[in-house]
Amino acid sequence: MAIFSIPNVKITGMAGAVPKVEINNWDYEWISKEERELFIKQTGIEKRRVVDGIRSTTTSDLCIMAAEKLLTELDWDRSEVDCLVFVSQSRDYIVPQTSTIMQHKLGLPKTCMSFDISLGCSAYVYGLSTIASHISHGQFKKALLMVGDLSSLSTCYKDKSSYPLFGDAATVTCLEYDPEAPPMHFNLQSDGAGWEAIHIPDGGLRNYYDIATSFEIKEISEGIHRNKFHVNLDGIKIFNFSLIEVPKNIKNLLKHVEVEMEDIDYTILHQANKMINEVIRKKMKIEPEKLPYSIHKYGNTSCASIPLTMVSEMQEALKNKKLNLLLSGFGVGLSWGSVYLQTENVHVSDIIVEEGE
Amino acid sequence: MKIEDFIAALEEEFDDIEQGTLKAGSDFRESLEWNSINALLFIALCDAEYDVMMSADDIDKAVTIQDLFDTIETKMKG
Repeated sequence: MAIFSIPNVKITGMAGAVPKVEINNWDYEWISKEERELFIKQTGIEKRRVVDGIRSTTTSDLCIMAAEKLLTELDWDRSEVDCLVFVSQSRDYIVPQTSTIMQHKLGLPKTCMSFDISLGCSAYVYGLSTIASHISHGQFKKALLMVGDLSSLSTCYKDKSSYPLFGDAATVTCLEYDPEAPPMHFNLQSDGAGWEAIHIPDGGLRNYYDIATSFEIKEISEGIHRNKFHVNLDGIKIFNFSLIEVPKNIKNLLKHVEVEMEDIDYTILHQANKMINEVIRKKMKIEPEKLPYSIHKYGNTSCASIPLTMVSEMQEALKNKKLNLLLSGFGVGLSWGSVYLQTENVHVSDIIVEEGE
Repeated sequence: MKIEDFIAALEEEFDDIEQGTLKAGSDFRESLEWNSINALLFIALCDAEYDVMMSADDIDKAVTIQDLFDTIETKMKG
């Protein structure tokens, strides 16, 4: 069982960046006004930020914007950064990995270790466990966790089951070795039997592409048209999975660390849709004010949703208070996990909105 | 569990249903204006009220409100 604790790691700062284009789901004319109303009411997704078409901003560009701001505000000496981890499903190129490009663009030294991890909804929790394991030994002093995704380009406008859900965003978290820091406690899980619940059929090496079939947009069912480079979502499967597995995962973690739900100041769930999170909230008996949402402003931002919610909704609390936090990410893979951790005086930058004409 | 209580719970969950119009024999897809969002609302209701997880298959096989009720009852006993 992957329940484990990592000592000696402190979260020093966080920042997030979103693209300049804002989409309002009230304007989504592919579905009727009544459908839009029901969608917005139940999913909570009213507005979202997306990049301006193909060959535009990438996830790494947004990560770098966030990192430039945060490194400057923290006044970190870049030569002291020993590790950069990029967790995303939207890389700049098929080859090479994106993390090394970021290491170069940020002016980090060649003594910095950098690598990519491919995960989606569970990205932040898994990424935190990986980077914290490296820092914990004490040889690394400073590290950057870059977590973001660009999902809008993988959705078809004529697919009502995916198009209005997703927003693009990226975040950075600065972490340091600190022998005084309380341990982070993780419970990480996976179940590949459900891999088809969220998938893009073509473009990977299992089905690279077929000039005759990959690009053709086909009607799958009423209101759902897409090609084979577009994401395919099985809403009911994801819903069933989330309601069964997430509360169990959280309960097992809290039992292991002997912490009660009421001792948690804030629970930050992956912002999949409001319906899922509200059912989990009620099941776990979490008070509404202890479960922040950013989904109404930014949609489901995949990898970025947990840290983006912290940056956009919890800036003051993270800066000024000592907090007991529970973070839980769940989805694509299927992959899910939670972390219980304590923070104190985290520097949180204002959200960056990409500039442009 | 009684079917009357199940119908009352559905009437409360789905705003647009007129009280008293929903019957055990009603086609749930017509009566509840079935769509993907309402399917999720229904699954959430079953989870919260009866601690039963309804899958896409369970829902696909059902036609009437009675069918849904029977499936939930079977699962509660299982």
